[in-house]
Amino acid sequence: MTESQATMTAEPVHAADHVDHYDPLGAKIGMWLFLFTEVLLFGAMFIAFAVYLRQYRIEFMGGSRELDRYLGLLNTAVLLTSSLTMAFAVAAMARGQTRRAIGALAATLLFGAVFLVVKAREWGYKFSHGIYPQSETMLDRPVGEQVFYGLYFAMTGLHALHVIIGMAIIVSAAALILRRRIRPDRHIYLENTGLYWHLVDIIWIFLFPLFYLIG
Amino acid sequence: MDSNTSGHADPYGVYVATWGALMALTALTFGIALLDLKHVTVLAALLIAAVKGSLVLFYFMHVRHERPLFLYMFLAVGITYAVFIGLTFVDYWSR
Repeated sequence: MTESQATMTAEPVHAADHVDHYDPLGAKIGMWLFLFTEVLLFGAMFIAFAVYLRQYRIEFMGGSRELDRYLGLLNTAVLLTSSLTMAFAVAAMARGQTRRAIGALAATLLFGAVFLVVKAREWGYKFSHGIYPQSETMLDRPVGEQVFYGLYFAMTGLHALHVIIGMAIIVSAAALILRRRIRPDRHIYLENTGLYWHLVDIIWIFLFPLFYLIG
Repeated sequence: MDSNTSGHADPYGVYVATWGALMALTALTFGIALLDLKHVTVLAALLIAAVKGSLVLFYFMHVRHERPLFLYMFLAVGITYAVFIGLTFVDYWSR
């Protein structure tokens, strides 16, 4: 009697261990809540930009003219195209086209790498001219330009960090696809990877004109 | 497609068209900046960026297929951010 009761109660507990906890809607809502914190993180920096643009209009325009707007334009095109290949990856996975999804992820990684190389060259060019926070050259310049470059390095640097993190997540998603942990019928991990990548793209969409095109 | 699968795969052409619109708007922002319209530049840049961001949200991020819950969440974030902006500028303008 007690033995069979024990078996009966033990049985459902054991079965519960194997319950499928896959919850794409919950996972997606969780991802969006995280993305909102990212929006407010960058949002606060955009407010700082707006306040100082109003205060140091002339210096901000001068700083903006010193940036290479054609490299900025190139990187915008590169990142927008990477968002296209990311969207392809998710759509291909949903259709069960695993190889195409992997190929699209590889293309996204390539574009992400191109973006970082261009960004690094821009920063390197500025560094070689002594333009970096607290450098002697910088400290001799008007306060407004110091603020402009401070925001430029902080915001594009934080954005580039997000690109690097996004690329790491894409690599992990590709590995999970190869190990069949992400499958056409359960690919929320890949979808959330896409959401992250697209958000990083949106942030750049605002960074580009504000830093490069106000001169 | 049942309600708890989240995949919204649009035809590939929809994504290509979205990308084309984003590239065209980028060219437009760049062109306006070259015209050197001074005060209009920042306003135009922000407006076009908002349109581009919305395209990415609604088409690449599939928000147009999501249930109303997501729009309510965006509204909450938007209002929160608007309050931040409002309070900041009320502070700076009243100094």
